[in-house]
Amino acid sequence: MASLIGKPVKRVEDKRFITGKGRYTDDIVLPGMVYAYIIRSPYAHARINSIDTSAATAMDGVVAVFTGKDITGITGVPTGWQVNFKNGDTMKEPPHPLIVADKVRHMGDNVAVVIATSKELARDAADMVEVDYEELDAVADAVKAVAAGAPLVHDDVPNNIAFDFELGDKAKTDEMMAKADHITTLEFTNQRIIPNAIEPRCAIGDYNSATDRYTLYTTSQNPHLTRLLMCAFVLGIPEHKVRVVSPDVGGGFGSKIFHYTEEALMIWISQRIGRPVKWNSDRSEAFMTDAHGRDHITKAELGLDSEGNFLALRINTHANLGAYLSTFAPCVPTYLHATLLQGLYTTPAIYIDLTAAFTHTTPVDALRGAGRPEATFLLERIIENAAREIGMDPTELRRKNLIPPFDGVNEPGYQTQVALQYDSGNYEAVLDKALDMFDYKGFRERQKAAKAEGKLLGVGFSTYIEACGIAPSAVVGALGARAGLYESAQVRVQPTGKVSVYTGSHSHGQGHETTFAQIVADKFGINLEDVEVVHGDSEAVAFGMGTYGSRSLAVGGSAIMKSIDKVIQKGAKIAAHKLEANEDDLEFANGAWTVKGTDKSIGFGDIALTAYVPHDYPAGVEPGMDFASFYDPTNFTYPFGAHIAEVEVDKDTGKVKIVRYVAVDDVGNVINPMIVDGQLHGGIAHGIGQALLEGAIYDDDGQLINGSFMDYTMPRADDLPSFEVDRTVTPCPHNPLGVKGAGEAGTIASTPAIVNAVLDALSDYGIKDIKMPLTPERVWRAMQNGK
Amino acid sequence: MIPSSFAYHKPSTVDEAIQMLQDAGEDAKLLAGGHSLIPAMKLRMNSPSALIDLRGISGLRYIRQEGNAIAIGAASTHHDIIDSNLVQSHLAMMVQAGSQIGDIQVRNMGTIGGSIAHADPAADWPACLIAADASIEMKGPNGTRTVAAEDFFLGLYYTALEEGEIITEVKIPIPAPGTKSSYVKFHQPASRFAIVGCAVMMKSSGGTCQSIRVGFTGVSDMAFRDTDLEDAIRGKELSAANVEAASQVAAAGKDILGDHFASTDYRLHLARVFAARAIHAAS
Repeated sequence: MASLIGKPVKRVEDKRFITGKGRYTDDIVLPGMVYAYIIRSPYAHARINSIDTSAATAMDGVVAVFTGKDITGITGVPTGWQVNFKNGDTMKEPPHPLIVADKVRHMGDNVAVVIATSKELARDAADMVEVDYEELDAVADAVKAVAAGAPLVHDDVPNNIAFDFELGDKAKTDEMMAKADHITTLEFTNQRIIPNAIEPRCAIGDYNSATDRYTLYTTSQNPHLTRLLMCAFVLGIPEHKVRVVSPDVGGGFGSKIFHYTEEALMIWISQRIGRPVKWNSDRSEAFMTDAHGRDHITKAELGLDSEGNFLALRINTHANLGAYLSTFAPCVPTYLHATLLQGLYTTPAIYIDLTAAFTHTTPVDALRGAGRPEATFLLERIIENAAREIGMDPTELRRKNLIPPFDGVNEPGYQTQVALQYDSGNYEAVLDKALDMFDYKGFRERQKAAKAEGKLLGVGFSTYIEACGIAPSAVVGALGARAGLYESAQVRVQPTGKVSVYTGSHSHGQGHETTFAQIVADKFGINLEDVEVVHGDSEAVAFGMGTYGSRSLAVGGSAIMKSIDKVIQKGAKIAAHKLEANEDDLEFANGAWTVKGTDKSIGFGDIALTAYVPHDYPAGVEPGMDFASFYDPTNFTYPFGAHIAEVEVDKDTGKVKIVRYVAVDDVGNVINPMIVDGQLHGGIAHGIGQALLEGAIYDDDGQLINGSFMDYTMPRADDLPSFEVDRTVTPCPHNPLGVKGAGEAGTIASTPAIVNAVLDALSDYGIKDIKMPLTPERVWRAMQNGK
Repeated sequence: MIPSSFAYHKPSTVDEAIQMLQDAGEDAKLLAGGHSLIPAMKLRMNSPSALIDLRGISGLRYIRQEGNAIAIGAASTHHDIIDSNLVQSHLAMMVQAGSQIGDIQVRNMGTIGGSIAHADPAADWPACLIAADASIEMKGPNGTRTVAAEDFFLGLYYTALEEGEIITEVKIPIPAPGTKSSYVKFHQPASRFAIVGCAVMMKSSGGTCQSIRVGFTGVSDMAFRDTDLEDAIRGKELSAANVEAASQVAAAGKDILGDHFASTDYRLHLARVFAARAIHAAS
């Protein structure tokens, strides 16, 4: 049996996906099921004077119409993280009701829900509901929201501030900044982007009055946490009476981590009407109600000495959290952003002061990278500008300030100025490899030649580090998390030697059914097809914390490894009995236990069968072969890398074309290189989308004016070059697989690399920054203004 | 994304369709490829009482030479047009424009008749038809009539089509020998419609522009012929400097559209850039 770990095995789940046989939440049709249509606010901020549901209720086929007044005794959906004010005051956590009763606070807020026997009828009946709104002033921008006199999102939250936050040593940073020979300042916006998973959200509530049990089918990255939040914090129903199923899920990018109002609402409605009820988001709703990402307004200063050594980094950021606190929202700008401001650099003093604001916009939460793209963008953009200002090559400035290599085993981890301890790293190696692949010297020659022909070529760099493998429970608990962030796994060896693996991770595009099976098959020395991975059903899987933060393999895979070890240990006891040998004299390899130095051996399948038919069996050993484990990591994992983009800017139009894209990433050990490459490709495309194409646009009234695919630009194949990706391998020292995570890396690195490349192409124009997305008009206008 | 309910009719002849359109009342709509109408209905921006589906009419889908013209049946799909040998031989700009419409699915379903009847200000065909001096044939209760393309587009989603009329054919004169045409387009990146589309039909001799027609789309609330630009380059040598200078009058005096992809002054700038590119491409 050849080793399967590290092999580019084709994804086993793809057969059903590409033949249209995936089973998604909207594919589920239950007997007697009815359909919900949610009436959503067309205004960002308005008082609801009255709602007249009588005409809709009277229509044939309409089962019920509910408004916020019908839902009593339920506060709403909670956030899962508490970040208190700098002075210790409690974070402001206004309720996020299932349906608002008094006021709408963002375009798309839930106003009423119509239940009918078909979705067409529900939609038609919704047009018969009369809502009398009194429109109020709105604010969509985080800086404007905290200014005096801004319209309040929640009457009891002064200045719209949810909390403020600081990290790092302010006194030391101020002192070092005062010593700097050069200070580069940069003010910029990391714009709001909309996740747009290909499958819109969907939820089915199914209450069974005979058994008093509830089932929620939902498009979740996180079914167990959804169950916990919904049962214990929203509806107050006993958790053991609730099953949550997340079947095939068509992408999430973070937006399906969170517990949404619609999930609890469907369960509540089903209980009220005694029938299963389905709600399926359309694309317009998805634009307005899936939690958005990013949206920081930042002022940053980087102090350098005369040699180009970084002395201090000082940051002031306003983070826009939208109208309500989504599940992870408080932790994204704080513990997933502020803590990453060390980057790969030795900057000895760092301080960030952050204000988190409510606005009349869709809630903002984790989106692919979640805080880490914002931190990386900040660092890599300001370093780029610093290099230009002091006249140093941008690669040399980076190299000069890189943290030296450390393996985390013989050398300790690297303690940052902003709370984290990096696990292992060899940062110069990724930069060198990327520069080599790119032929940086050759590029500068080509750039000169192109310039002589009137063409604008540019190169942009970024390095990054991210904290993945989220996360040690005690650490995140101390930082305000209301949950642990371990993972569970169960490895059940069937009597025939086939293996079922139950994981609390959730695959919605990541390929767990392949990579997790590769690990199990490899370790047991059996065929890949003899392993089945089960996920996404709280009835089948003991518990789980879901998939996000590049955690599945590092945390979920490690939990599986613990169960694998238990199987092999128990197998050894049975094998020792069968082989009449001492357990210590056995070795397990290639699917068999062998008495060392002999040909006496017994296979994995025989041991499995013996465990379930224990006729000839060791005393004191239980029958069966089925082990559950929980794994709580001891640290985050820290993937890193260096990316290089080459762009050409059309002088006449400002349009940016990406000519080449080189990425060298270190995600630790690799289980399936094809899947890792695919994750990188998707991530790079996502980050390029933010750099050049994507961005939610709210007008001053809080109207989302580009909430459709006709107006909001997603990256497409013809916007992208063929990516050149490679890697180095610095194993994670603290988890059994030595893996770090790959799902977000591309997104984190690519955005600043692209922006830096455009600014390099325009280096003769004296441009300090161009606002993202770098649309042709913005680039053209910058050239016009910069000339 | 669920439309309101509507009646559905599927005539098999144009005359039957005209009758049905009369019978169904003013809220009825004709359905061709459906690529503009159906999404608008799903968003309930358009809720017709009845759809009259023209796809059952067999005689409207053809591309053939009639005398000195290419006749294109109104139900011809975008793909039919770009795949036609006749079009490929004489009307390069139609191939260039058609292959930039939407995506493969749109090109296989969407029709030229539907596109010009809808008169989206950023659609590609109108610029070409204006530059090619095409004429548009319509049939209604009072018989058949023909309108020149440059007189057909009257405003935002507004054309010379009268109530009860159906577009039956687009007729394009076969260009004189030595004539070249081009269509260049700056895409709106999300919808892939034109922010600026410029079609040029030009005859040049010895590097000098003899005759030229220019059509623009995307720039203003309807596609238009740019005679100022034509006058500025006609009779001139097609040097880079002359083309650049002439292009500065592009879209002069027009009400220029502005949105979050291209403001008014940027769009006007692009009209000039793409006018020059289209002229060079047809040189």
